[in-house]
Amino acid sequence: MENIKTALYNLHQKHGAKFVPFAGYQMPIQYSTGIIEEHKSTRENAGIFDVSHMGQLFIKGDDTLAKNLEKIFPAELNKAKLNQSKYSFLMNEEAGIYDDLIITKVEGGFNIVLNAACKNTDFKLLSKLLENKYEMILSEELSLIAIQGPKAVEILEKIINGVSDLKFMNGDTFNYLKENIYITRSGYTGEDGFEISIKNDDAEVFVQKLIDEGASLIGLGARDTLRLEAGLCLYGHDMDVNKSPVEANLKWAISKNRILEGGFIGCEKIKSQIEKGVSKIRVGIKPEGRIIAREKTSIFNEDDKNIGEITSGTFGPSVQAPVAMGYVENAFSKIDTKVFLEVRGKKYPAIISNLPFYKKSYVKGANK
Amino acid sequence: MSEVRYSKKHEWIKLDGDIAVIGITQHATEMLGDIVFVELPEIGSSVVKDGNAGVVESTKAASDIYTPVSGEIIENNQSIVDDPAKVNNDPENEAWFFKLKITDKSEMDSLMNKEEYEKFSKESGS
Repeated sequence: MENIKTALYNLHQKHGAKFVPFAGYQMPIQYSTGIIEEHKSTRENAGIFDVSHMGQLFIKGDDTLAKNLEKIFPAELNKAKLNQSKYSFLMNEEAGIYDDLIITKVEGGFNIVLNAACKNTDFKLLSKLLENKYEMILSEELSLIAIQGPKAVEILEKIINGVSDLKFMNGDTFNYLKENIYITRSGYTGEDGFEISIKNDDAEVFVQKLIDEGASLIGLGARDTLRLEAGLCLYGHDMDVNKSPVEANLKWAISKNRILEGGFIGCEKIKSQIEKGVSKIRVGIKPEGRIIAREKTSIFNEDDKNIGEITSGTFGPSVQAPVAMGYVENAFSKIDTKVFLEVRGKKYPAIISNLPFYKKSYVKGANK
Repeated sequence: MSEVRYSKKHEWIKLDGDIAVIGITQHATEMLGDIVFVELPEIGSSVVKDGNAGVVESTKAASDIYTPVSGEIIENNQSIVDDPAKVNNDPENEAWFFKLKITDKSEMDSLMNKEEYEKFSKESGS
């Protein structure tokens, strides 16, 4: 089967994109300037990301929908305010993660943004779990564009009036070319930014405007270095169906009230993991020197015992050092614990580190 | 000093007497992207034609470096270990990888000249 091209394919090409197949899509991994320049321009200015491969699901429903979604997701959806976004998980009974996603309460229902590789199976599973009671639309007519970085707000405000009033993890409907488009203040880089859901037909002209205002296109390569510096998980690597949110160190994303109430899939397992602890947990890992420890690198303790495995690792262009995350036995998960990473047959020292590796103070008022 | 020769693995080699300087080509750096890590063979170690002689890593992946001829490593370029970006900036001059004492000069015969290499790298595409 041929890979799907997004509505921005021609624009990517014009900017010298190198394409890679990703979850059934033909996506730009980098443009002519290269990953490090793209990374830095996002941290210092504003980067544009084509994330149209991700699933944009709208579930239409009345008051019963929030209650029924709470039987699936561990987030407080019934109490969610209009336009509020929540980071959550689709899990099995064992709390294994099928997908991590962002749920936003909108007029008449909920928007859910899904990972590209998971969106079709998520759709089927959600239809089944909701017993086909609600209309569900997994859009093929919408592109999803992210703009991230310290200048993102000022650039986007020039094109769409009012976006600067959005609070972090909130969305709203805005008027653009006489159309209603939905924008959330969120992202995947550790920077302030927005995700804009826009009709495929309007996407290219819109992105060209962002470029004209000074933002630049960023590929999947820099998206990976940016999110890793920000300590954010990549589904299929840092979490999967064999890991729970507690093991993935994302327990903050599970509402305490929802754990007390119970009644969502995987709840019992989550409860018991929080009470009894988990045997392995996701941590940040900083190799000493410049050695890069990539996915599947074995982690050892000082007694040469294998205690875990790296799930993502690269060189962090902003921290100017290699960065990684992975799972280690709980006893070795404390910050500053000394560990060793086996790279090409040799063991290199590293320490368990706080996440994120790169921290930025968000714009005042944006992060509440 | 002899002319620069090139290998199919995208290394260049310049021979002066029985001392060869070896690095990777501009074309190789363009395929690799931004280089962020370099590992070089140790001084005094022996390397064999087409065998491993170091590693470079970009933000995305690790790639082995091969030696186009056999010999004993007599020098390696620490400056590219400390600042790997130099490899992208000047791969065919300042950012040489290592120098070795060549064991068998006839190994040079199978390598390409500049014109042949340019044709080869164009045809091998990517």
